[in-house]
Amino acid sequence: MPAILERSTLLRHTLFALVGIGVLLLLIHNLGDYRNSQLAPIAYTVCAAAGLTMLVGQSGQISLGHGAFMAVGAYTFALLQAKWTSSHPNVQLVGLLAAGVVVAAVFGAVVGVAAARLRGPYLAGATLALALGLPSLASYEKLSDHLGGSTGLNVTSPNPPTGVNAYRWQSIICCVSAVLVLWFLSNLSRSRVGRSFRAVRDDEVAAALCGLSVARVQVLAFVVSAGCAGLAGGLLAIINLTAGPGAFPLSLSLSLLAAIVFGGLGSMAGAAYGSVLVVMLNLSWAQTLTDKLSIHSAKVANNMPLMIYGVVLAVAMLAAPYGVQGALHRLRMLATGTRKS
Amino acid sequence: MRRGHIRLAAGGSMLLLLAATACGGSSSGGASSGGSSAPGVTATTVTIGSTQPLTGPAAPGYSEISQASDAYFKYINENGGINGRTITYKYLDDGYDPTKTVAQTKKLITQDKVFAIFNALGTPTHEKVIEFLNQQKVPDLFVASGCQCWDDVSAHPETFGWQPDYVIEGKILGEYVKKNFAGKKIAYFYQDDDFGKDGVKGLDMEIPKSQVVARESYQTSNPDIASQVQKFQSAKADVIVSFSIPAFTALLKLNALKVKYDPTLAVSNVGSDPLTLSGLLEAFAKQGGSTVKGSDLIQGVITDGYIASPADPTNSWIKLFQTIHDKYIPKLPFDGNVLYGMAAGYTFAQALAAAGANPTRDSLVKAVEAGLDQGPGLVPFRFSTSSHAGFTGVQIGVIKGTAVKLTGSPATTDDGNGPITAFDGTQPEAPANGIPTSG
Amino acid sequence: MFRFLNLTLNGVSLGMIYAAVALALVMIWRATRIVNFAQGGMLMFTTFIAWDLAQRHHINYWVALAVAVGAGLVIGAVAERLLVRPVENGPPLNAVIVTLGLLIFLQALAGMIWGNAQAHSYSPAYSIVGYSAGDRTLLFSPNDVYIVTAVLIVVVVLYLLFQRTSLGLQMRAAAFSPEVARLLGVRVGRLLTLGWAIAAALGALAGILAAGTQTGYVQTVGPFDALLVYGFTAAVIGGLDSPIGAVIGGLLLGIVLSYADSYVSNNIQTMYAFLILIAVLMVRPNGLFSRSAARRV
Repeated sequence: MPAILERSTLLRHTLFALVGIGVLLLLIHNLGDYRNSQLAPIAYTVCAAAGLTMLVGQSGQISLGHGAFMAVGAYTFALLQAKWTSSHPNVQLVGLLAAGVVVAAVFGAVVGVAAARLRGPYLAGATLALALGLPSLASYEKLSDHLGGSTGLNVTSPNPPTGVNAYRWQSIICCVSAVLVLWFLSNLSRSRVGRSFRAVRDDEVAAALCGLSVARVQVLAFVVSAGCAGLAGGLLAIINLTAGPGAFPLSLSLSLLAAIVFGGLGSMAGAAYGSVLVVMLNLSWAQTLTDKLSIHSAKVANNMPLMIYGVVLAVAMLAAPYGVQGALHRLRMLATGTRKS
Repeated sequence: MRRGHIRLAAGGSMLLLLAATACGGSSSGGASSGGSSAPGVTATTVTIGSTQPLTGPAAPGYSEISQASDAYFKYINENGGINGRTITYKYLDDGYDPTKTVAQTKKLITQDKVFAIFNALGTPTHEKVIEFLNQQKVPDLFVASGCQCWDDVSAHPETFGWQPDYVIEGKILGEYVKKNFAGKKIAYFYQDDDFGKDGVKGLDMEIPKSQVVARESYQTSNPDIASQVQKFQSAKADVIVSFSIPAFTALLKLNALKVKYDPTLAVSNVGSDPLTLSGLLEAFAKQGGSTVKGSDLIQGVITDGYIASPADPTNSWIKLFQTIHDKYIPKLPFDGNVLYGMAAGYTFAQALAAAGANPTRDSLVKAVEAGLDQGPGLVPFRFSTSSHAGFTGVQIGVIKGTAVKLTGSPATTDDGNGPITAFDGTQPEAPANGIPTSG
Repeated sequence: MFRFLNLTLNGVSLGMIYAAVALALVMIWRATRIVNFAQGGMLMFTTFIAWDLAQRHHINYWVALAVAVGAGLVIGAVAERLLVRPVENGPPLNAVIVTLGLLIFLQALAGMIWGNAQAHSYSPAYSIVGYSAGDRTLLFSPNDVYIVTAVLIVVVVLYLLFQRTSLGLQMRAAAFSPEVARLLGVRVGRLLTLGWAIAAALGALAGILAAGTQTGYVQTVGPFDALLVYGFTAAVIGGLDSPIGAVIGGLLLGIVLSYADSYVSNNIQTMYAFLILIAVLMVRPNGLFSRSAARRV
């Protein structure tokens, strides 16, 4: 590896990001519609999960309610899309997604200020209640005219450039966003900010002694993480053509958490592995497996995918407590260990 | 140390690669069905798809519908199919979660390559895929919901409703209540979404506003409706008109029982299936007053119907569907949901038969637009090139025993200011072999 | 005024059920420092067992209740030994994910056994018709009296168990300081298992009480999930460590939700739960009754 890349994290990450985008574009081009329609949700889940792993894995706070931030991003996207028509669809798309990020980040700051006072299960409880409570606001009489009530708001999918089919275009938007998020967070994690996150996570008192404002760092972690979730929410709105309370159930928030724990807490790569696992398990693998079992009873067959998901969640945690990253690390240790002996 | 970090960063962008390869497997499908003109159609089969709430909050009751349609298709298949083709019905679970509806619909179109979407269930769920289906030019037949939104020929040329929309139902129910409860205090209880609001819109066209003393909505996520019932009781409403799902019709009755409040109930078709209601109330009957059976609690509830009622076992359609029920899905109750599923299945079979010996997506849509016979319905369909609305009206009925006893004659109307007129046509007999022919 | 009274009574009855669920969560938190997300699934499952006996096979209410409580004991103990023990000393989030996995598993299993096709009702123990007050009817019935009494009895029994018996002392020691307790000869592992078992049994009671309040309560998802969320909210309000806090938290939540539903809007119940929780936590970040100053997860 060239010395300059060894020295400059930014350059190295940028290079990887560019290569990543290139490879992904190639891949998207070669995947069929169906596979692209699965790749897009994976990619937006990666955005949210990567942000969440910054918060949970790196700053040591917990959130059981990241779906709420995604909802903020999605509603922002939908509300502004209805108000703002632009002759440049791509400019509009970027603008709307960015607006979702900003509004979600501001909302994250508010939640973060409250959260900085709370620890452990109390924070867990508060964020859980947020994840359930916030989407219900759409049905509040005084807001439902603006927020579309329980049905939600409709979103129109951005028109693809000529020659690109809609599935591929959605995949491209989501994958590029995911790579950008990973690029940004990887750099942030290696920066002063990332170090301050981890310092607060490891020992609040020591971090305070070093001159860090613990509360400020914790709020910042919420801001960053909420911004990423806001982007994911905007993307979700594009893919699902909707911003409605039904799109952000508690199970969404919890599956994000499952994704980052699955992948290996705190690592960007882990967030991505975890997202692949959780989304594919939900959308496809559990069903495929069920179909292979060719069960006759409708009751059993209908519930089998759910059961597989539940079992995988529990068993994975028992078998690999530190997630995919942890397991890879252990394999590596084993490999190098045997080589030495 | 340094290598570890590089690996981590590398992971940062390679991961998506892994993601993509993970989905890789069988990429773009060149599986154009051998020799046939349309996706999902072979020389011997037609594959159609649907999204249904098989699990999740809407599963109780509604998960019977797709099984009933499937039973009817199996019956067709064992009796020669339609134009020599058997029907394969792929209905996927969306748990009534719109996000999952989108994913499952995309799967049906892009992977399973179904010929058409049939009877996809739910307003909030199906609304999210209607644009997509129309973009892809996939026939989207007989959506299982009474939203007005399915009838928009110019914006959604592929989409067709089936059941009467809730505005029509609200109007006819409203007219009945106005005539029969003149001068009484009336209250509305409705689901806080398009279903409830469309229903109320129809009611308001008929019932004078001055007569309505309370309007309370509910959220399906919140079963504690004590506060609503408190308001009805303190407003001294004599009649409650309810656009609710069965679970909340039962809750309404139960919460009224708790405070010895006994208003007359008029309930939309969706929420009035007597078997479902008496099942829900059965457990409370003994502790809820002097009555003994759950069904005692719902006697006299006013409602409406648009398909032949199981209260009339001599009806040829009921006989046909009962036979199919007993053979293919004997474990399910023979209730309104099962009838609904089979009747919708029959309508699809009619459309497929009319679409010709070599059906295409276009010929299927044209066949529905050419108009379909009302079949097991009590009133005609409105299907034409200018309307994609389903049944044009309903017939008022009263719950008697464990079934709805229809009264008077069916009425038809539109969802605008059109008058409500009695329909004097008669329901056709079911074909002897139970299968529609192209005609 | 009458409406206010009725709303209060309605809130008390609901609040006691939330309190019972909160109490179960507190038991488990005290024993193993884990928030048991599977609680909703566990009590759903035991309620289905009771429903199968009572409604389908017409077995006596009390027998069905006893069987469900017994099943709760078993499910709680098995869950602790099989799933929770291995992750107890791992990263704290792992326990969350494991209990989540268990929740989903139980929902799927119940769906396989009893199906998702119908919501079922559960017969209450006593009449649900409210007492008369003059020419009006209170929103409080013999069955509500039963609910309140049953939960209060459980609270007293648990209090006596913890405070007055040596088993209770050992359980507190095992939860408070497992290492020291172990040194003193307390069989910590068994006591933690017992803690889970008792919590699940308590949940079984709560599930059956709740099921008898509304039609169609018995289904694999939905009402029981909401019950868990409100129970958890109540427990956090009370300060996870405190059984008394759980009861107060439950009552507070039940009553405030009942008022807000009627006086503000009945469309945003979950939002009220969030607002109450935040209001309490902003004033007391460890809940109303927490004594420990544990700052970390």
